[in-house]
Amino acid sequence: MQNSSFAKRIFGQDRNILQLLVITVLVFALMSYLNPDKFLRYYNFESITYIMPELGILAIAMMIAMLTGGIDLSVVGIANLAGILAGVFFHSVIVGTSQSTGMVLLYTGIGVLMALAIGLLAGVLNGFLISKLRITPILATLGTGQIFTGLAVVLTGGPAIVGFPDAWNFIGNGKILGIATPFILFVIVAGAVAVLLTRTTLGVNLMLIGTNPRAAIFAGLRKDRMIFYSYMMTGLLAAIAGIILSGRTNAAKSDYGASYLLQAILIAVLGGTNPAGGKGRVLGVSIALIALMLLSSGFQILRFSNHLIDFIWGGFLLLVIALNAFRNSDR
Amino acid sequence: MTLFRRSEFIIACILFAAMIIIGLINPAFWSLDNLFGLLRSNVIIGIMALGVLVVMISGGIDVSFTAFAAAAMYLTIKLMIYMGYEGVFLPFVAATLIGLFLGAFNAFFIHTFRMIPLIVTLGTGSVVRGLLLGLVGTSVINIDKMPQQLIAFAKTDLVSLTSATGTNFGLTAMILIYLGLALVTHLFLRYTMAGRSIFALGGAPEAASRVGFNTRRTLFFVYCFAGALAGFAGLLHGSMIWLANPRDFAGLELDVIAAVVLGGASIFGGRGSVTGTLLGVFMLVMVKNSLIIMKVDTTWQRVVVGLIIIVATALTAWRDRKKLV
Repeated sequence: MQNSSFAKRIFGQDRNILQLLVITVLVFALMSYLNPDKFLRYYNFESITYIMPELGILAIAMMIAMLTGGIDLSVVGIANLAGILAGVFFHSVIVGTSQSTGMVLLYTGIGVLMALAIGLLAGVLNGFLISKLRITPILATLGTGQIFTGLAVVLTGGPAIVGFPDAWNFIGNGKILGIATPFILFVIVAGAVAVLLTRTTLGVNLMLIGTNPRAAIFAGLRKDRMIFYSYMMTGLLAAIAGIILSGRTNAAKSDYGASYLLQAILIAVLGGTNPAGGKGRVLGVSIALIALMLLSSGFQILRFSNHLIDFIWGGFLLLVIALNAFRNSDR
Repeated sequence: MTLFRRSEFIIACILFAAMIIIGLINPAFWSLDNLFGLLRSNVIIGIMALGVLVVMISGGIDVSFTAFAAAAMYLTIKLMIYMGYEGVFLPFVAATLIGLFLGAFNAFFIHTFRMIPLIVTLGTGSVVRGLLLGLVGTSVINIDKMPQQLIAFAKTDLVSLTSATGTNFGLTAMILIYLGLALVTHLFLRYTMAGRSIFALGGAPEAASRVGFNTRRTLFFVYCFAGALAGFAGLLHGSMIWLANPRDFAGLELDVIAAVVLGGASIFGGRGSVTGTLLGVFMLVMVKNSLIIMKVDTTWQRVVVGLIIIVATALTAWRDRKKLV
């Protein structure tokens, strides 16, 4: 009895989570069947825990923007800009001088804060354009995405920035108690966002605004301010993803992760987020993320070219759209 | 509506002011060589923009057309080489049909599953690009392999001049194709019932279907039209630059959408004009090309495009502003 009510609380009323779990198990079974000896290795799953977090955080950011019926096409631009800004900072203070570990740690800390600050600032800009100037989210973030990527190009002049301090690389490559640091970060971020969305006024307001913007205003919700906050959050999350990405690859470049945009949208939509607003759960997005990471690592082991994997991601997105449409037509 | 309040008039004024400023910074802007070059750069973006304009008037958006253009160009030229076909007319028909067919795919998904056009077209664009690069090939077809007739066709000039330094330059005749397509689109949108149905669908979908417009047919038409124009523009682009690169046009969709929005079209649908789009395309191309003339580092190009999008959308958002919601 208690078990079933617990399950209900976790899975929610909709059957979406269940459908996702089924998809995940199917993907897992298919990939294990296709190449049992290579897919089912500890190493494979470990590498997934390193690659997954940056994409997962971007997908959660995308979900937050979608909650109010918006979208954020600038997340990849923000992520790259955050990594590059920190890289430029490290180059100006660290390279060429031998400093004590304490100083390096301090500088790394400053770098992290700078990256987060630029993400927050980018989010403020998006939020301002969308909630105050009333520009449609698609066009506003399309424009700011160009600006952020453009600034990244201006800062680097084109080539990648390499040579981050070890402490920075630890964020993307390290291990704490045998678990990948980025994965731990992902769990913390996902948990925090889940609590924020389900247990705070802000989260509930965002859902209500997304469900019916007009009714939300007549009910006295401060729509503009809430939307503003949601894009700030999106920007901050994108910056965290940028830190992890540049830490993992030990480099930052203006056109890294270009395909992440489509993938983040796909994971958010697959995870049950309604792009028209009002619906979206961190748990759903996380399961969708796992399913798609298994899928893409499986195809990589099968030596599919990256272009074909892009095709599979796109095809999967269309398939999910069709599936969701059929499921919703029952009601 | 008086002339002065029309957005086309405002855009034309801004365009004129910008031309004077750029001309003051570097008088080389006004050289015929530069102006002919500018007009030439308008052709491809402009033809694609006409398609995007029609999609936007219907209340949708399309980010997949650049992938369609690349697919139409690459497939057609590959096929021409494979069959040893020498000709101009049929290849363009083929490229247009490839684009049209892919556009129908967009419309099918958007209509059948009632999904947001942005997400559908992101998906179809990725599918088409992935298949093209993954299955058909990634190698660039160079000038020595390109069908010579296509190159000769795209080389046609309206006016040919010789500059003081002895180099030849001319105004490409392709500009006539662009302007012809623009005129047809304009007449179609203004004076046919099918054209009006696109405005009706974009303005209020429910009302459009209540008064008896076949919204399904309109939706299919709109995305097929955008796909067909993109396919045509794709092959024309290959002919004009003398090579076919399947990775071409990546990211160009942003420029095209920016140009259309700059031209006064509303992303909510129901508003937009061919005249505005022509001006918007010219403005975008001019600003991008003139950065070099104005001695601005080219790394700033994307920042400038981004700023243009923001300013243009802020202006249209202000124009379309509504109370409360």
